[in-house]
Amino acid sequence: MIMAKPKPIEEIIQEIKDFDKVLVAGCNGCVAVCEAGGLKEVEILASALRMYFANQQKKMEVGEVSLTRQCDKEYLAEIKDRIGDYDAVVSIACGAGVQFMTEMYNTMRIFPGVNTCFIGVTDEKGVWSERCQACGACILASTGGICPVARCSKRLLNGPCGGSSNGKCEIDKEVPCGWQLIYERLKELGELKRFEQPTPPKDWLTSRDGGPRKMTKEESRL
Amino acid sequence: MSTTTPSKLEKILAAGHFAVTSECGPPRSAKGELVDEKARVVGPYIDAVNVTDNQTAVVRMCSLASCIRIKQLGFEPVLQMTTRDRNRIGLQSDILGASSFGINNVLCLTGDHQRFGDHPNAANVFDLDSTQLIQTVKLMRDEGKLLSGFEMDARPQMFIGAAENPFADPFEIRVLRLAKKVAAGAQFIQTQCIYNMEKFKLWMQQVVDHGLNEKVSILAGITPMKSVGMAKYMKSKVPGMDVPDDIIKRLQGVPKENVAKEGITMAVEQIQELMECPGVRGFHIMAIEWEEKVPEIVERAGLYPRPKVD
Repeated sequence: MIMAKPKPIEEIIQEIKDFDKVLVAGCNGCVAVCEAGGLKEVEILASALRMYFANQQKKMEVGEVSLTRQCDKEYLAEIKDRIGDYDAVVSIACGAGVQFMTEMYNTMRIFPGVNTCFIGVTDEKGVWSERCQACGACILASTGGICPVARCSKRLLNGPCGGSSNGKCEIDKEVPCGWQLIYERLKELGELKRFEQPTPPKDWLTSRDGGPRKMTKEESRL
Repeated sequence: MSTTTPSKLEKILAAGHFAVTSECGPPRSAKGELVDEKARVVGPYIDAVNVTDNQTAVVRMCSLASCIRIKQLGFEPVLQMTTRDRNRIGLQSDILGASSFGINNVLCLTGDHQRFGDHPNAANVFDLDSTQLIQTVKLMRDEGKLLSGFEMDARPQMFIGAAENPFADPFEIRVLRLAKKVAAGAQFIQTQCIYNMEKFKLWMQQVVDHGLNEKVSILAGITPMKSVGMAKYMKSKVPGMDVPDDIIKRLQGVPKENVAKEGITMAVEQIQELMECPGVRGFHIMAIEWEEKVPEIVERAGLYPRPKVD
């Protein structure tokens, strides 16, 4: 899922301090799972903002809502009767949610309340890590199910580099070397042949390098 | 106007002369002599020659190596640098290398997207954009620092240029964007090829109204039309190019064997007309794969011989 991290509250305050009525809008999708933008985080952020502005003796009404998802129009539409009561919205959905809400309610000021970080997994309660960079042309079949694009710091396709040491990456001793993991995995699978074959230059056209992406599934269209 | 670098181009402009630059596209092979040949053709007729940096994202001999060849022939190169293929580490490194060979002009560009070129599958870099590259060169030259803050014991001496397209949309932000590049440190501007003189003059008027012509030298981009086909292609296929129908009609109005000659005449007339346009400080003649016509254009426009500066 898409991982996000709450922005420092000072940054949010800076953007909204001149408004009187602000709606904090969460998303019950990905960002709720990584505990950055769900209902619980809406309550926490709204309380913190109320407390801050009360201390400043500044009149500020803070509303709360959390939508099923902010990346779908039907769920965004749920606040269409309410949103006009506010001067601004702090959306704590991922960057896609913030933008989609801006597109739908284009007369409103919508501010981001989280930093969207990566596509990843929950390693354990409270710990998340990256797995995928959405390159648009998956090569996991040839790398034992471990992605070098996301997990090698240099996104090498013929790694590891000379900086790999004791299974760790040269950038940080806490970061596993993606290519060490791939190598071990392919060895386990008896597929070292795949490792021995040089991988040719990758087609990055399907990745962000190719420009903003869009997809259409004809049979799903109305 | 005082000069900031040993650049001959800067000295020409500071002395109040119209500057004349041209362009040399390096070969799509290791044939370095080709760069030399092109430089010898245009060199004596211009003040400095731009060397393109993998233009339209097609792999060519690198701009830096080509600039060194041109410098060693005794001509003045302008190093074009795009931010598409190198990050801030590579860019700064190349600027230092260029300066070490006495290359004193740089044109800071973002570069065409690789989808337009011969390697559409390539990853791109775009760590910096053109404005940030201008800031970077200025920081290196004026403060003697790298982006990291590291202080150098010898600074690169670069006269800093940028490109601007007066014809891109939306028109009203073009001058604001130019102002941004000037604020970042651009000292000269080479414009997109001009065909729509009316629109260019309108843009130039805005440049003057904003007082930008006092801060930056605008070199008007001139590209002679070789054929009716070229004019039509530029009009319909090249993004950001504004070719009025009158241009095509005029070329169509002469016998086929005279079209190229007419194209040259039109370029000469354009230069002469733009000499009268307030704010225009020189001409950037981009004769695409037609470098041998640059001397004739410069001579007929009354810009030859080129002035001598120390």
